[in-house]
Formats: sequence, structure tokens, C-alpha cells
Amino acid sequence: MALKIVKGSIDRMFDKNLQDLVRGIRNHKEDEAKYISTCIDEIKQELKQDNIAVKANAVCKLTYLQMLGYDVSWAAFNIVEVMSSSKFTYKRIGYLAASQCFHESTDVIMLTTNQIRKDLSSPNQYDTGVALTGLSCFVTPDLARDLANDIMTLMSHTKPYIRKKAVLIMYKVFLKYPESLRPAFPRLKEKLEDPDPGVQSAAVNVICELARRNPKNYLSLAPLFFKLMTSSTNNWVLIKIIKLFGALTPLEPRLGKKLIEPLTNLIHSTSAMSLLYECVNTVIAGQYWESVGNLCVQKLRILIEDSDQNLKYLGLLAMSKILKTHPKSVQSHKDLILQCLDDKDESIRLRALDLLYGMVSKKNLMEIVKKLMLHVDKAEGTTYRDELLTKIIDICSQSNYQYITNFEWYISILVELTRLEGTRHGHLIASQMLDVAIRVKAIRAFAVAQMATLLDNAHLLTGNTQRNGICEVLYAAAWICGEFSEHLENPMQTLEAMLRPKVATLPGHIQAVYVQNAAKLFATVLKGEEGNTDGTAAQEASQLMIDRLPLFVQSANLEVQERASCILQLVKYIQKLQQKDVEVAEEVNALFAGELNPVAPKAQKKVPVPEGLDLDAWINEPPSESESEDEQPKAIFAKEEPKHSRPRHTEVDEKELARRREARKQEQANNPFYIKASPSSQKVYQEAPGVEHIPVVQIDLNVPLKVPGLPMSDQYVKMEEERRQKERAEKKKKEKKKRKEKRSGRGKKHDSAPESEEDITPAHMVDIVTEEMPENALPSDDDERDPTDPHKALDIDLDKPLADSEKLPVRSHRAAESQKSPTDGETENATLQEPKKKSSKEKREKKKDKERDRKVYDIQGNLQDGSQVVVSVIFENKCNSFLKSMEFNVLDSLNSKLQRPEGSGPHDGLVVPFQLPPGVSNEARFVFTVQSIVMPQKLKGTLTFIVKNEDDSTHEKLDFKLHFTCTSYLITTPCYSDAFAKLLESGDLKSSSIRLEGVNMPFHHLLARICFHHHFSVVERIDSCASMYSRSIQGHHVCLLVKTTVSIDAKCDEPTLLGNVLDEIKQTFSQC
Amino acid sequence: MMRFLLLFSRQGRLRLQKWYTAISEREKKKIIREMTTMVLARQPRTCNFIQWKDMKIVYKRYASLYFCLGVEHEENELLALEIIHRYVELLDKYFGNVCELDIIFNFEKAYFILDEFLMGGEIQETSKQIVNRAIESSDMLQETMEEYMSKPAF
Repeated sequence: MALKIVKGSIDRMFDKNLQDLVRGIRNHKEDEAKYISTCIDEIKQELKQDNIAVKANAVCKLTYLQMLGYDVSWAAFNIVEVMSSSKFTYKRIGYLAASQCFHESTDVIMLTTNQIRKDLSSPNQYDTGVALTGLSCFVTPDLARDLANDIMTLMSHTKPYIRKKAVLIMYKVFLKYPESLRPAFPRLKEKLEDPDPGVQSAAVNVICELARRNPKNYLSLAPLFFKLMTSSTNNWVLIKIIKLFGALTPLEPRLGKKLIEPLTNLIHSTSAMSLLYECVNTVIAGQYWESVGNLCVQKLRILIEDSDQNLKYLGLLAMSKILKTHPKSVQSHKDLILQCLDDKDESIRLRALDLLYGMVSKKNLMEIVKKLMLHVDKAEGTTYRDELLTKIIDICSQSNYQYITNFEWYISILVELTRLEGTRHGHLIASQMLDVAIRVKAIRAFAVAQMATLLDNAHLLTGNTQRNGICEVLYAAAWICGEFSEHLENPMQTLEAMLRPKVATLPGHIQAVYVQNAAKLFATVLKGEEGNTDGTAAQEASQLMIDRLPLFVQSANLEVQERASCILQLVKYIQKLQQKDVEVAEEVNALFAGELNPVAPKAQKKVPVPEGLDLDAWINEPPSESESEDEQPKAIFAKEEPKHSRPRHTEVDEKELARRREARKQEQANNPFYIKASPSSQKVYQEAPGVEHIPVVQIDLNVPLKVPGLPMSDQYVKMEEERRQKERAEKKKKEKKKRKEKRSGRGKKHDSAPESEEDITPAHMVDIVTEEMPENALPSDDDERDPTDPHKALDIDLDKPLADSEKLPVRSHRAAESQKSPTDGETENATLQEPKKKSSKEKREKKKDKERDRKVYDIQGNLQDGSQVVVSVIFENKCNSFLKSMEFNVLDSLNSKLQRPEGSGPHDGLVVPFQLPPGVSNEARFVFTVQSIVMPQKLKGTLTFIVKNEDDSTHEKLDFKLHFTCTSYLITTPCYSDAFAKLLESGDLKSSSIRLEGVNMPFHHLLARICFHHHFSVVERIDSCASMYSRSIQGHHVCLLVKTTVSIDAKCDEPTLLGNVLDEIKQTFSQC
Repeated sequence: MMRFLLLFSRQGRLRLQKWYTAISEREKKKIIREMTTMVLARQPRTCNFIQWKDMKIVYKRYASLYFCLGVEHEENELLALEIIHRYVELLDKYFGNVCELDIIFNFEKAYFILDEFLMGGEIQETSKQIVNRAIESSDMLQETMEEYMSKPAF
């Protein structure tokens, strides 16, 4: 033994500490992964040693490795060991590691409950501190429930250091265990007036956080916060309080009035920008705009003009909030915001863009867009340029094109945007073109002409098809030209443009549209030529189709191919008829008759369900479940079998199916003859033999493109101005006339007034077709809160008085039969203590009549001596009288005996070494010797004591039973899977199994319960089953294999013990 | 509420990570990767705030280290900057003119300091003196690893 220790300390000299590890990693830059894997092996060795210092060092290193991204979850149990060290040095490292590595699904968290509880009540405030800090990172719903009461008590700790930590962690507890909010809230509220500023600010933080989520429950705190706000000088706290008021005022307008004065004072006086900014934000959220709004906008202007980018950014951000409620106040700062578009900081430019969206009006739309178009030309980064592009489209299309007065202008803007090389937003432009052309009937002729030009110049857009998203525009262009071909001046020319061989390089879906719309154009050409006696033009058109379509018939794209071959046959037939001079135009046009109307995106959702239709009803009755079960011959096999085999079957089937599917995919991937899913047409081209070696020259099109014949949008701006001027002049004239007629000076005002929004009339009367909705569409716009939001659970009325059922759980235990006098009552509860030396043996609760005094029991086994059990008992006096001269006595059995001091008789009681004033509790320990642990046992006992009142005293007695379950002889002992496997192979173990009925909790809960209540540890968990291990104080091994089908196969070297443990497990689960 | 704090170098090496909400390891790695690339790609002299998903990312560079704080959407950005700055001040006070290597080699200390300053995503203590005092007194309780290395095991 001594040798082992010496050896240990020599080895340790060669251990790496953290510094060595870090240095090592820095020195092994090339083969870092390899170096670290050797380090991890060393750490594994270190963790196996008994020396806690070595373990702590290893865990510290693991924490570092975890940060570098290595998985250290395998060491979770070692972390718990280090956490439970009594030395602060190691405890601190343990908790740090736990806070970094543990998360809700870490199994061992279940084991930490008692350790944490012990640390929370440690006399050393720093022990409590690290426990609270650690807990704040990995608190789970179970931990929150079990520890809520302890933490609540800590909120009233004597040390402010603990109080503030306890207050902060309460917020995490509320989130995980919402039931704790109401019982804990009064105390939390008290902390708002704590003498220590740190605790106070912690309480403000927590309540602000809570109130922001569910403000209406916290309105009653407003006066208190108001007081704090006017008295506090701490900016950190002030910001939080002001933020809280921002959440409260929308609910209580009177509050707004009260706040105006202090807020205005703060805005005027503070030098802290963060506070100023918060005040402005609260003003924006509240209803006191009239009085302070202008001041805020002024202050924001100062922020935006500041040279500090951060302030500029925040100023713009706040402006955009104002924009939503008071657009007029922002619009007057248009100049400033347009300036920001020139800022070199992209995020500021984007903010400014956001603002512009809300600032446009009919009057300034063209001007703003013109400015943006300039920026589009200047922008270098494609992301920013794309952002500009989407913004331009957003701005123009917002609220159903409300601000567009001239759609010709808008179409030409869209056409100009197609000049952008390499933008991702081709489809966006395309959908705008389609939308406008479909919905604004008056613009169709113009749009068609523009699109025809685009199609004619398609080669300019498709310079580099693969990377260029802009060719999507051609999709729209082709469709518009086809659908509205009656507006085309020269359909034949467009038809020719659409059938050029180059088209075949476009993506498949665009080609398909080309082919389909070529057919539409063809129909139009036929129609146009119908009246002509000489039918050459029509025949030329047919010939053109017949010549060009075969190119598309060969397309690799199914859609293109199908449409092309269909249309080709049609045209061939038409040609035949033409040669016989049959008039076909009408029939051909009938193919494309009718008008397509736009459908609202929500239309499908809004189709009302017809009366009497139940979508949930079965169409065919489902095959009845009972059938097979009824046929099952009863009582031949064990009853449970069929029930459980059914779900297992389907599970296997699903797994099996997935496996087979995977295998099939694999096979297909490897099979060169198998056609893989949807190869794109371009790929096919590239893969065609002999193509790769042809050099592809990329044409650089950096010179801004000018598609010939297209009008520039700028022209429209000029035109529009002229038009407006003319209108104004005309109006003036009219006005003058009127004035002359009436000879009154009333019109003068109108004369000089700037033209108002309503005065601007659209260039041409446009009828914006609204999107179609189904008949009797439901008007509701369902906007529900996210049901998964954890804060939703905290929407709790805090002003209602607390009900008994809501008290925080103090760990409670099985109730036992009551036995004695109507005046006294005793309850026994368990607390686990000192896990190092003793293992918890037995706990039990006994309740006696109406509460008078109570006892809390914890029975622990002594590891070093396999036959000793320590029972610690907490006596709590719940009555109003003084208790003294307590004597504890137990009736010994053959197997278990209470250890009495030497010289005392076998039936003497032990004196409890303290007295109990009312409401006080204290703990005493008693040692029992146990011979055999394979059977559970009950010991009867009596507590005698004297109840002392003011004037008299009575001698009273309380009977109780101590229940020594077999489980309580088990000690949680970790076991490695290899050792576990060896143990099972050894063949010394007897097996047994049970099935748990009616358990439907998640599997990991089930495991956690077994760990917690029966002192097992999880050895390994594989999908649907887990192996668990525990050891008795006399060294029996107990191994379990728990399956998700809730059956437990168990092995142990002592069959009686095993049987009893299994019975106890079964009982645990029958109670839940 | 704060969601996370990351410290990383100009090369994108992570130096410290603290998470105040429970998220999976995979998610953490994803966020770290995104943060480093996003923040490192920012031009110098641009503003320190980034809108990211439902969060605000507030970052600041001190010498070779980036401090990157993810806060909830309602939070005050300037306050977040103050928090970062206060943490740097605390580190500076503790290590005396702190540099990246101090944080690498004493990363656990950096965590301890952080834990005294922030907790559960909220500010725990706004007074520098009190934080410093708490760290000093818990350090007094802790024997250094060197002591442990030189002490016999029995």
C-alpha cells in the first residue's frame, strides 16, 4: 500500500499540468490532433487514480480540451467526483468543468442533486458561490424542482455575495420549473429593496427579464420601480428599469404621463449614451410621443451625425422604430439618411436602406429609387448590391404598389436591374415583371414591348449562364410575350428570337416556358395573318417552328422535350391544313384562350372546409385493433408477451426498412448503369464526350450594358417632373380662373402651398388587379405565440394569494401508517450526507396525526465495515412547546441491532444529545449492526420525550418503524463497460427478470429514477437498452439490463438480494 | 439577457466560451464557426453590432483578441459594449496588463473572473471593487496547482 502511494507521487511529477498541455499544443501545431489524443490517453490514466488532486488536474485539462472542441462527455462522472471534493481548489475546478460540459441530457446530473444541496448549505460562502454559479449553467427541470426551496432560502442569506447569486439563479429555476415562481416571488420582490446594491440590481435584472416576457403580471410593481428609478444613480440598474417601463407603459397609459418628467430629465442630463439610448427607446415604445417625441428625434439626429459608427448605427436603428409609429417625424430627416447610404460601413448603409423603405411617398419614390440606382452602379460587393436590389423592389412594390404613379417607369427600372452581373435575384425581378404585367392591365402593351426587346437581346443577359441568376428574367419575358402576344407589334420577330439555338443553353425550366410561349406566339401570328389572302407569312411561321423545334425535342429536360414534341406534331398538322387552305387560326387560338388571374399566396389556406366534411374522419374504417388479439389463444403463453411484442415488431420493421433503403441507395450509387436522380441539363452537356477540351472564353461584360432601344428610367423621372409641373400649371390656371370669377383672394394659400400627396395623379389610370381569394375565405390572420417559448410558462398571476398546494417541494417520502396519540406527530424525511464514507441506507417517513413535532430520518451504511449502518435522524419540533429529554430506542432483531454504549443493557434507549425549542430542528446519528443484507427489514422503535409548556410538562411517547430496504444497502459505484462485460461473462451471477407495468415515462427518466432511488449507475446506454451497475455494502454485484420495453433483466451473485431489489424497483414504479 | 460570450484570436482560435442558455454541442460549434467567420470578416472601423438571427452580436477587438457577446434582441447594445469593456478591465486588473497568453495559460482564472461578474446571462455585480475582492478571497482559499505539484500525496 505504501509503495503504491509513493509510486503515485513519483508518477505525478511527470503529469502534465494545464500549462504543459497548452504549451504542448502550441508546440505541435502540425499534428495537433495526434498530440491531443495522446494527452487524452494520459488524462484517462490520471482519472483512474485515487488521488483527487490528480483527478482535478486531469479534469482541468479536459475543460481546456473541451473548449478546443473535443468531446469530453465520457468524463462526466469524474467531473462529478471532483465537484464533490471537500477542497475548494478542486471543487472550483469540478464545477467549472461541469458548467462547461454538462447539459440537460447529461445522465450524471441526476447524481449531483445531493452534492449541490450540500454545497449550497456549506458554511463557506465561496463553496455556495461556485455551486450556484455552476448550477446556473446546467440546471435541469429536475434539479430546479429539487433545489428550488434551498435556493429560495439562500435569497435571505446573511452574505450579500450569496444573496445576489441566489436571486440571479432563481430566474433559471423559474424557466425550468415555472411552479416555483409564485411561491418565490414575494421574496424576490423584497430583494428589490435589499440594502446591498448588488443584490438590488440582481433583483432588478431578474424581474425585468420576467416582466419583459409577461408585462401585465408585473404592473403592480410599477410604483416600486418608479421609486427606484428616481432614486438610483447606477446607470446599469437605471437602464434595466427604463427598459422595464418600456414594456409596461403600453399596458398602462397613465404610467406614461408619470414617466414623462423623469425621462425628459434623464435625456437632458445624462452623459451616458447607453442610458440616453435606452430612454429614447422607451419613449418610442410608450405613449408619450407628443411631449418628448421631438426631443428624441433631435437627440437621434445628433447620434446619427456623430463620427462614432456605433452611435450612427443605433441612431438609425431607433429611427426605424419611430418610423413604424410616426413616419412623419422621420421623413423630415431624409437628407441625413440618404447621406448614410454613402457611409463606408455596410451595416450602416443597410440600416439606412431599411429606413428608406418606410420613408417613400408618391412624391419622392422616383427620386429615392434614382439615388439607389446610382448606388447599385457603384456598389462593389455583390451582397450589398443584391441587398440594394431587393430593397428597391421592396420599396416599389410595398403595399400593393401604393407609391408608384408611373408603371412605365417601374418596368424600365426592372429592365435596368437586369443589367446586374451575377446577382442571385433574377427570380425576384422576374416575379415582379410577371406581377406587374398581369395585374396592371394598362401597362401590358408597354411591358410586352420591353420584354420583346429583352428577348431579342437575350444573348447579353446570358453571357455566362451557369453562374448568372439573371437569366431567370427571360422566363418572365418569354411568358409575358407569349401570354399577351396580342400587344406585340411584330410577333414574328419575337417568335424568331425565342427559337434561336442559343436558347438551348438556358436552364430547363426556362426553355420549357420558351417552347410553350412560342406556341402561343405562333397562334397569334396565325390569327394576324388570317385575313390576308396570301398566306405566305403564316406558312413561314409554321416552317420556322418545324425547323427549330427539333432542337428542343432532343432536350435532356423532360419538360422541354415533352412540350416540344407535342407542339411540333401540332404544328406539322397545322402545316398540312394550311397547305389545303383550311382556316385554322381560330382553333389554334382556342388552345390558349382565357385569362389567368393572379391568386393570393394565402388563397389555398383560406378555402373554407365545406359544411359536413370532416377531414379527420376515416375514409375507410381502419382495420380493427382487437381482431388479432381476440384470436390469440389465451393462457397458453404468458399474458404479457403478445402486448409487448407488437410495438417491438413495428420498430424493428421501421429500422429494417430504413436499413434496406440505405443499402439500396448505396447500391444504386455504386451502380454505373443506374440513372441517378435529376441530373441537370448543363451537367449532361458538360459530360458529353469531347466537350471538355473546347476552351471556353468568358466574355467580360463590365461595361454597363445598354440594351439598345430601351428607354432609361431617368427619362421617366424627367418626364414625370414635367408632367407634374404641367399639371400644377394647369391647376393654377384653373385656380386663377376661379379667382377671377369669384374675385376673392381665398385661393392664394393653395397657390404657394407645396403639392400634397393627393395632388399627384398617376400618369395613366391603372387598375391594379387584386389577387384572387376563394369564395367565403376566412378573414382571420392567425398569429399565435410560439407554443414552445419557455417564457410562456411563466405567464403566471403573481398577485393571487399562494395556495398550500403551491408550496415548494421539500423532498418528501413514502407515508407510513400513523400510530399514536392525537397530539403528537412525527415525520421522517431523508437527507443524504457524507457520501464518501457512508452510503445512504434507508429512508422513511412516518406521519403521526396532526403536526406537532416531526422527525427527519436518514439511514446510512458504513462502507468500511460491511455490517454497519448509520441512521441519521433530523428531529424537528413543530409544536409550540419545548421538547427535552428525548430518548431513542429500537427493538433489536436477530439480524439488526442498535449499537449501544458499552455497559448499557440490550433494551436501554439512547439519549438524544440535545433539546428542541419550538420550530427548531437538529440531527442525531445512530449506528446499527446488520448481519445479513439480503432481506429487507423493519425495526420498531419508540421515541420518548418531555413536552414542556409554561406551566406544566408531560411525558410523551412516539412509535415509529424503520424500514431497511435492500436498495438501501446498495452503494452507487461506477463501473467501466469492459469490467462490466467481464463480470457478466464470469458466470458467477444468477439471473432474474421483471417487467414494469404501466410505466410510460421517457427512457432517460426511467434510468434516472433507478439511479436516484436505487443507487445504480449507468454503465452503458445503447439505443433501446441500458446496462446499470451497483454494489452492496457487502460486495455483491448487481447488474441490470433495462430495455425501453420496460423490462429489466438482472444478474447478481445473491439471488435473494436480487429478488428483493427488483421487488423494490417495481414498487417504486408502481407508485409513480 | 446574454446568450453567450466568446473570445477568439485574430486567427479564429477560440480562447474562451461561455453559454448562458442550454444548447447542444453541435449547435454551439455551429455558432462558434459562424461568429468567428462573421466577426473576422468585418472591415475595420465599422460599427460593433451585427444583427444575427434573433440576436444582436456585439463584438470588440482588444489587441489580438476579439470579445464577442451574443445578447437577446431587446438588449441595449451600448450596455453590452460596456459589459465587454468591464470584463476586459477586470482581466486587466487581475493579470496586470492582460495579454492573450495570460488568458490561454490561465483560462480557468478567466472563467472564474467572468463568473463573478456575470451569472446566468445577467450582470451579477456592477462594482469593480466587489468583483475584485470576491476573486481575491476565493483565490486565497485555493492552493495553486504548483503547490499541489510540489506537495507529497500522503
